[in-house]
Amino acid sequence: MDSESTPVHADITLVVNGREHRLSVDTRASLLDVLREDLGLTGSKKGCDHGQCGACTILIGGRRANGCLALAVAHDGADIVTVEGLARDGRLSPVQEAFIEQDAFQCGYCTPGQLCSATGMLDEAGQGWPSTVTGDLGSEPVLDDDEIRERMSGNLCRCGAYVGIVAALREASRRKEAAEA
Amino acid sequence: MRPFTYERATSAEDALTRHDGETYYLGGGTNLVDLMRLGVETPARLVDVAHLPYDEIQLTPDGGLLIGAAMSNSALAADRTVREGHPMLAQAVLAGASGQIRNMATVGGNLLQRTRCSYFQDTAKPCNKRDPGTGCPAREGEHHNLAILGHSEACVATQPSDMAVALSALDASVHVLGRAGERTIPMDEFHRLPDNEPERDTVLEPGDLVTAVEVPPLGMPSRYRKVRERASFAFALVSIAAALDVREGAVRDVRLALGGVAHKPWRAWRAEEALRGRPATRESFLRAAEAELDAAEPLRDNAYKVPLARNLIVRTLTELAERAEAAEPGEGTTS
Repeated sequence: MDSESTPVHADITLVVNGREHRLSVDTRASLLDVLREDLGLTGSKKGCDHGQCGACTILIGGRRANGCLALAVAHDGADIVTVEGLARDGRLSPVQEAFIEQDAFQCGYCTPGQLCSATGMLDEAGQGWPSTVTGDLGSEPVLDDDEIRERMSGNLCRCGAYVGIVAALREASRRKEAAEA
Repeated sequence: MRPFTYERATSAEDALTRHDGETYYLGGGTNLVDLMRLGVETPARLVDVAHLPYDEIQLTPDGGLLIGAAMSNSALAADRTVREGHPMLAQAVLAGASGQIRNMATVGGNLLQRTRCSYFQDTAKPCNKRDPGTGCPAREGEHHNLAILGHSEACVATQPSDMAVALSALDASVHVLGRAGERTIPMDEFHRLPDNEPERDTVLEPGDLVTAVEVPPLGMPSRYRKVRERASFAFALVSIAAALDVREGAVRDVRLALGGVAHKPWRAWRAEEALRGRPATRESFLRAAEAELDAAEPLRDNAYKVPLARNLIVRTLTELAERAEAAEPGEGTTS
């Protein structure tokens, strides 16, 4: 094997769903591959591997991100939450509950990414972050259906469960506001 | 993917010393990692600059903004000062990519993202930008979303960043640390037209590190509007960044830049020149748009972009003029 093709490894630490892991990773490995192959957390899915479908969405430092575009070596020390970490103490998260109630999936392949993306999205909206459909950038955005669709456009569902997904997030957003009021 | 070494820079100066011929700086990686996976980019070394302390906005003494290059696109678009003082910049950033990608992508990386021309991204195809001298199949092939202005025999690619279009209209400048020290490059000179060197997207030299983008105060209403093939998460067919200052029915100042039409954000200098001092009417806007687009050289399948750009200019300026009219305190009042 010449030097052009000899893999380079690096030691990193990841905190995943509250647990610390020390790993030696190929510098080319994505966080998605490390989560699935090294840590056995196969909830996060590989759809396109180009950041276009969102099936790999995880939370890095509390913010949603495409695991497929994140090099693991560049996230040494990062705090990561995957779909396996959304439930707490055996209780599903409000977003997970709303997905079940509103029948927000069919085959389920995109669902882990949808759930992580939605969790991050609700937090962003709660912080007052605008989107491209927010008319007045000076105002606080209101999470109506147009806002939900725009903010979730980085997650594709090839079964077309979008109607249920929008309904679930409308409901999750309403409950989140009620809980914080 | 070719194996590479990874190093995290501890300072901008440190990043420069770590840079050799086969090095790339890594920001959010949303474009670079994808291009490495496609085999388009093959660095031997990545120097991570995403953790450098350039992750916030500072106010400049003249009331402008100094935006750190390592700031995320999301943080830039969510910033209250940007939303209030430079709304077209926030709108441009929000018009690009997805929520996930905006969280990962940096300001510096956004400026340096490569074209999405399908030939550039496909290593099985010739491409003068990826592999100089191999030819440009886009000229005769799939080019419905490529350039209508300033292209060359060698390349008809478009610059994909929405943010860069707004920065061009805002007279922003890019702060760069290079081997010879710090320098500032006006946004309109940062990206290049392809000419016979399409492999060079910008005027940056090897090792140059973008540290910040400086945006002067605007002081007039502005708007970014993007036309694309689907409602979200798509690159522009044509986009516009516009700001308009109307006093007593006349154009006092105007800024116009177009996206999706050229190898760089297309600052519409001719249209701006044609508008200053003219009545702020639809007729003036139309004449100005036509003056700008006289230079257009559409390809076989993208001539639609010429009327699209024209209509986008007229519609956006008309909307800004109506907003100015509604806000004006009354005839003869000056401030």
